[in-house]
Amino acid sequence: MQRRKFLKLAGVGAGGILLPVYGIPVSAEQLASNGLDMGQKKALADVVLNTARKAGASYTDVRIGRYLNQFVLTRETNVENIVNTESFGAGIRVIAGGTWGFSATNDLTPDGIARAARQAVAVAKANAKYQTEPVQLAPVKGVGEVSWQTPIGKNAFEVPIGEKVDFLMEVNNGALKAGASFINSSLYLVNEQKYFASSDGSYIDQDVHRLWAPMEVTVVDKKTGVFKTRNGLSDPVGRGYEYLDGRAEDKIHGQTTLYTNSYDMAEDARLAAEQARAKLSAKSIQPGKYDLVLEPSHLMLTIHESVGHPLELDRVLGYEANYAGTSFATLDKWRSGKFQYGSDKVNLFADKVQPGSLGAVGYDDEGVKTKRWDLVKDGILVNYQATRDQVHMIDQKESHGCCYADSWSSVQFQRMPNVSLAPGKEKYSAKDMIRDVEKGIYILGRGSYSIDQQRYNFQFGGQLFYEIKDGEIVGQVEDVAYQSNTQEFWNSCTAVCDSSDYRLGGTFFDGKGQPSQVSAVSHGCSTSRFDKINVINTKRNIG
Amino acid sequence: MAILSRSEAKQILDKVLKYSKAEAASAQLTGAETGNIRYARNSVSTSGIVNDIELAVEARFGKKSGIATINEFSDAALEKVMRRAEELAKLSPDNPEAMPLLDEQKYPKVNGFAKSTADITPDQRAKAAADSIMAARERKVIAAGYLEDARSFAAVANTKGLFGYHVSTSANFTVTMRTENGLGSGWAQSDVSDFSAMNTGAVSNIAIDKAVQSQEARALEPGKYTVILEPSAVSGLVGFMMWNYDARSADEGRSFMSRKGGGNRIGEKMFDKRVHIYSDPADPDVPAMPWAEDDFMALERVDWIRDGVVKNLPRSRYWASQSKEKEKAIPQPNNLIMIGGDKSTAELIKNTRRGVLVTRTWYIRMVDPQSLLLTGLTRDGTFYIENGKIKYPIKNFRFNESPVIMLNNIEDMGRAKRVGMWGYSAMIPALKVRDFTFSSLSDAV
Repeated sequence: MQRRKFLKLAGVGAGGILLPVYGIPVSAEQLASNGLDMGQKKALADVVLNTARKAGASYTDVRIGRYLNQFVLTRETNVENIVNTESFGAGIRVIAGGTWGFSATNDLTPDGIARAARQAVAVAKANAKYQTEPVQLAPVKGVGEVSWQTPIGKNAFEVPIGEKVDFLMEVNNGALKAGASFINSSLYLVNEQKYFASSDGSYIDQDVHRLWAPMEVTVVDKKTGVFKTRNGLSDPVGRGYEYLDGRAEDKIHGQTTLYTNSYDMAEDARLAAEQARAKLSAKSIQPGKYDLVLEPSHLMLTIHESVGHPLELDRVLGYEANYAGTSFATLDKWRSGKFQYGSDKVNLFADKVQPGSLGAVGYDDEGVKTKRWDLVKDGILVNYQATRDQVHMIDQKESHGCCYADSWSSVQFQRMPNVSLAPGKEKYSAKDMIRDVEKGIYILGRGSYSIDQQRYNFQFGGQLFYEIKDGEIVGQVEDVAYQSNTQEFWNSCTAVCDSSDYRLGGTFFDGKGQPSQVSAVSHGCSTSRFDKINVINTKRNIG
Repeated sequence: MAILSRSEAKQILDKVLKYSKAEAASAQLTGAETGNIRYARNSVSTSGIVNDIELAVEARFGKKSGIATINEFSDAALEKVMRRAEELAKLSPDNPEAMPLLDEQKYPKVNGFAKSTADITPDQRAKAAADSIMAARERKVIAAGYLEDARSFAAVANTKGLFGYHVSTSANFTVTMRTENGLGSGWAQSDVSDFSAMNTGAVSNIAIDKAVQSQEARALEPGKYTVILEPSAVSGLVGFMMWNYDARSADEGRSFMSRKGGGNRIGEKMFDKRVHIYSDPADPDVPAMPWAEDDFMALERVDWIRDGVVKNLPRSRYWASQSKEKEKAIPQPNNLIMIGGDKSTAELIKNTRRGVLVTRTWYIRMVDPQSLLLTGLTRDGTFYIENGKIKYPIKNFRFNESPVIMLNNIEDMGRAKRVGMWGYSAMIPALKVRDFTFSSLSDAV
């Protein structure tokens, strides 16, 4: 049945994107309307808190959530699909007998929600029999009634659907005129309206917005039968529809145009068509060791896979052993205080507060105020990502605020916050960096990515590859993938550009848990240099 | 409530379609009761039951279409959902690729329902997990596993007289066993329709054996090796290939199935002559829903690859309508059967002078869609074979290989086994393959 929860999106050959769809289809107008008012939510939350306490819970939290999605999918001159969904309900989590219990319902009457509260307590009591590690919750002081909203300029759900379709058609037409054989472009819009209340005395109302505008441009050389693709260089963001304004001040001009706080999708589509065409005649890379200059739209995914995931405490402890895997960054390495994760240029931090990031919220899904903290300082592993019930296992007293559930009906658990590479302190631009490289490759955009279950060995591709010889870019190259080991890779980092080059990338659908849940997360960095990395040639002939 | 009978389902579908004021309408009713239990560190972590029933209605006005969904079934609710679908259809832009709704379909009879799975209780689920955890404790290893079971039904109908009803059960169990010193890891799985055929303790013992035997792995040089890929390892690559197996992308020149000079590769011998891959919803080993999820077109037995020759590619009704030769529309399948041989994995090992045994493949991603070059890793039990015997455990490898090349380099085939793959069930054999490309070593256990 799992497959029915997913919508296979446009895009063939390279494999369509699988998009988890929760909720029921609704009209665009309904998406822009308001849900329950605050007073109604508080009254329902109090029913849950009182019912669960009376039933024997020592701790209770309730999330009343309204989750809205809109997806607009196009190819060439056609709109393929428009999907509007809304999902509304409540998830209740309790501790009874030292054990978690969870129950969720879409019956938001006082009787319905009280029944779910009692069921959550019953589940906790039933599971307590098998519990060998009673829950220890780090203390959180109640914050009373507070609210938080993603700082957006324009609510994407209020923009008429016709305007969105026209926008994507302009993108597609530009690419086709510039020589694309095919283009798939889409808009994915997300709004999480989350009301959280807990027996600690918090009533937190949050309105979270996210947006993603991906595309894939394909060119086919009919004579040779060779085809090449180039995907958009923008990443999902925690911003409103104003992100698609493509302001001149948000562009970085170089080998291609790169984007910071807003995205000119039509321009990127035209460039994608030209660059995909150029790939048809680009030189195939000579395998060997190269110094890699990794641009943020590329490096962000390497950070995600080789730093974000191995430092998730639930993986380190073994809770994900049967699915996502465990981690090489074991507790003994952290405890030693000497584990050299990377070179002294490498400072990696976690946060859920950076403006425009996918992870930014005021409070996490267990009511912890969000913050920033160090993971790797001057190359040394110093911390992990943890939730309230985990921090005691790393001798800490305060949660990191990493708890998230992808729906009211999913139980919240530890998810990756934004994990970012701090910019270098000395003035140094990407141009300066390229000038200093003798034999290297400048890599942009996210391509193929794969890493082992303990996050040692990885292989990454990209969207655009430029060969560097003696400080100059000498041309576009193809068939590039690099392989490394996480610790070796980060220890080969010899330079990180300054803060003027720092920008966020991100991913919308990070999967973890059984049953699987998705989450969205950003990764910031400046262009960075990694010396003598093994590059392979990926060209094959299948006849 | 989650499982409705044929007549109950038909009554709801007939009623909702009667409310239609659109030019045409269709409706799909699906329901499932899904149970799960998850454990790690030899202790149950979460367990849950989800009941879900949903009615999806599509209204059509010309090339415009709107879909609405609801989970209540009063007369008023049924009328409301149809009105909403009609409103959405009117607001939608034309879809130039929209095809008319199908006439009545003849669906094959499928027997995929087992009472033992339908009647599974929370206690049975807990015992299934306990059998695995106890086996782990006994042999001093650490278990992490997940069991998910479902009893489900689906019913479809439209205003042109189409009706279908399907009921099924399934249970999928996976378990990873790790040694306490962190140096060994083993994995095993079981995918069944009938829960009484599942023995989580026995499956767990396979994973435990692999975990214990895989400790102190040695490093081999990356390169080309003869490999014996167990069914789960094969399914990672073959599943990826079949997911990208499609007529339209091939005809458009952007697929590994595109022919140089235009068109697709149907009729070409692309694989070893022993490769036979087909789909059949009525297959007794992997019974599947007998219609396509998107337009309810009846699924039949279809040969995808026979004697190594590409026989068919999935082709949407729209794409078929665009073909000059009036090609037949063939929906994406709901199951997959790759015919194997009659040898056990042990027999494949016995006949191997030097090679690598791979339990499972992991994190497979496309590197180049032109050649279908994939990268991924071995995981949870990789061993060196010498003179017909498992000699010692070896470190995991990263591979860069195309399943097209892999299916040309077959040396021998084992018995097919049912595996969960890409959201559906498949029968996949173990394969002995020469010149499989391992490109680097991984330290992961």
